[in-house]
Amino acid sequence: MHRFANPARFLKLARPLTGWTLWPGLLLLGAGVIGGLFVTPPDYLQGDSARILYIHVPTAWLGMAGWSGLAIAGISQLVWRHPLATLAGRAIAPVGALYTALCLATGSIWGRPTWGTWWEWDGRLTSMLILFFLYLAYVALASAERERGAGGEGKMAAIFAIAGAINLPIIHYSVVWWNTLHQGQSIDLVRGESTIDPALLWPLLLTVLGFTLLFCAIVLMRMRADLARTRLEMRLKRQATEAA
Amino acid sequence: MNHWAFVIAAYGLTLGATALLLGLSAVAMRRAEADAEAVTRR
Repeated sequence: MHRFANPARFLKLARPLTGWTLWPGLLLLGAGVIGGLFVTPPDYLQGDSARILYIHVPTAWLGMAGWSGLAIAGISQLVWRHPLATLAGRAIAPVGALYTALCLATGSIWGRPTWGTWWEWDGRLTSMLILFFLYLAYVALASAERERGAGGEGKMAAIFAIAGAINLPIIHYSVVWWNTLHQGQSIDLVRGESTIDPALLWPLLLTVLGFTLLFCAIVLMRMRADLARTRLEMRLKRQATEAA
Repeated sequence: MNHWAFVIAAYGLTLGATALLLGLSAVAMRRAEADAEAVTRR
């Protein structure tokens, strides 16, 4: 991982990787959306509202995966002092916050015709809402630390990201620990089993993969923009020093 | 109850937000890299 501590080396990989994640991501998402909207049959119980799950599940996955990324970046920063870790954290956080908000919104839209309510204070929904607030707090903390410009930039945000990761198992097991309206686990990644019929499952796999690749593309673009701005600031400062 | 209004709202919101974020990120990246490149060449 330290091979990419050098921004030039990181950019050499990030430039082609942006395209490799963007275009396949768009293709997979397009195929998944078409499949989910027009090809799969309606669910026998939920009817057409089940089609919302093809975009709700990927947004939930990205909200949680995003925070996992923040926690890993936090550990990389505190333990190995990886110079790109702070940058990665700043790039991931707003995107993760957006997908967590979309998860809450699409879940609410699905809940109205299925449960008869927009919102229910059950374990899964409440822990997901807490994740959204954690993202907002991380963004505020990272911005404040950057503006302050003190040494050890982003250290508090890194500690906050690691501590906030305690919410991830709570979200995952909330449907097991508490009696909730939210349905239990349908796909077991460890055992490779699913309770969803294959006729309804394939668009979900496409949208999960498509959204994940697009998430990576967006994060890479944000990191490249941040690196370019830093490079620009350094050049301007150097030119001002030389001119003085 | 017709579920399609809910389906369209959920898809519109998610895909619209993703497209907007992708577009804004791409524009910001291109602009920042072009500015940095221009100063480097100067």
